Amino acid sequence: MRKCLTSLLLLISSLSVCSICSAEQEHHFVKVADPYIEMHTGAGRGYPIFYVAARGEWVNLIYRKTDWFFVRTEDGKEGWVSAAQLSMTLNPSGERVDIRDPNEKDFVVRDWEYGATVGDFEGLSVITFYGGYHFTENISNEIIISKASGPVSSKTILSLLNIIHEPFPEWTVSPFVTLGTGWLQTEPKSTLATARDRTDQYANIGFGGRMHLTKRFLLRAECKYYTVFTSRDDNEEITECKAGFGFFF
Amino acid sequence: MQSRIRVFLLITAFMLSSTFAIAEEKAGKAAATGENTEVIQQDPVIQPEVTRREVKQADIETENFEIGVFVGLLSIEDFGTNPVYGVSLDYHITEDLFVQGRVGYSEAGTTSFERLGGGLTLLTNRDFLYYNVSLGYNLLPGEAFLSRDSAYNTSLYLIIGAGNTEFNDDNFFTINWGAGYAVTVSDWFAVHMDFRDHMFDINVTGQDKTSHNFEATLDLTFYF
Repeated sequence: MRKCLTSLLLLISSLSVCSICSAEQEHHFVKVADPYIEMHTGAGRGYPIFYVAARGEWVNLIYRKTDWFFVRTEDGKEGWVSAAQLSMTLNPSGERVDIRDPNEKDFVVRDWEYGATVGDFEGLSVITFYGGYHFTENISNEIIISKASGPVSSKTILSLLNIIHEPFPEWTVSPFVTLGTGWLQTEPKSTLATARDRTDQYANIGFGGRMHLTKRFLLRAECKYYTVFTSRDDNEEITECKAGFGFFF
Repeated sequence: MQSRIRVFLLITAFMLSSTFAIAEEKAGKAAATGENTEVIQQDPVIQPEVTRREVKQADIETENFEIGVFVGLLSIEDFGTNPVYGVSLDYHITEDLFVQGRVGYSEAGTTSFERLGGGLTLLTNRDFLYYNVSLGYNLLPGEAFLSRDSAYNTSLYLIIGAGNTEFNDDNFFTINWGAGYAVTVSDWFAVHMDFRDHMFDINVTGQDKTSHNFEATLDLTFYF
């Protein structure tokens, strides 16, 4: 485990160094069309304004962090300008600069969605990580990995097939129904040391809702009913309810 | 027989004529394209002096992700304070909110019971591995003045999240919460001091209890 983590550390640090090396500064000049734009010392509303670029001045957009753009004026002044103010600047062709955040419409036609949820899995606390791809506005599939743990046992849930149908993706809270299958591994607590690990296949149905919160951020809540096909005489029935957040791209 | 020969000749003639027709048509098309190419290749009357470049949102580099490595100390309840290290990935949603994924590893020490017990051990596996997802809020953004000429942007943030801890060959659902102080050293590099409590229910010492595992780390992070 330690070796794994060390190699992961090395990989990540080398990746980040590479991303820094390859970061080239391109020129994206825009012209101030408002009477002035305010340049702050930091990427936040509270940072002091140390310079104002007047109408007609050209500023170069270097990079963006959340709602703030790091800009450089022609005489070398560097600072942060809010996206709201920059949308009042002009392109070289004289048109308004198109700066727009992902909105509800982008949410409806999203391709990828990733997130995490927490909740209750038949008395156990569960955390779930998921990633999904939308084939159409209504149909998507998700890959899920969950870890549930309680005083008696812990469970790992892996699923590669979770078909989700959203009948009304344009609603503020978009409801969905889901149908899936996967594997459920049960590990009894080591302090109990009586039962052995077992892995069973399961099928589930569920329902839930998603809501676009802001930008690429969404909230999500769902309940699922599992039937676990055990090797014992009876199948196991499990109810799971959880909520969390996700991102779409 | 004659009629068969006639039919054969007619078919051959038809095929030949249609082949020629297709060939001529192709040649004609090629000729027409050639003419067009010539027209396109002629010099334009007015030479543009500058190539104007429109600013598109997608072309501007964004630095909303922050990847980091950290080292520090983790106090594992009942099992001493030990070095911890790991990696983190942040996504900044707005100037206030961010989401963080974090993986950390430590190794539990021995309890006084184990040290005095002469070979007795409470744990089957001393590896302590946690992973979690947390939501952070930049509560107090500000600036720190190191000298007369150098100012660094800083932020005091609160963070809360959930995850899993693998310890003693068991899994524990873990809530983590805490606060941190981030100093942005340059446009791509920041240093964080992060303090957290990892809470989970455990009964390894014979009684059910909520274990509090305090962690203090120094994080080096890179924006990309």
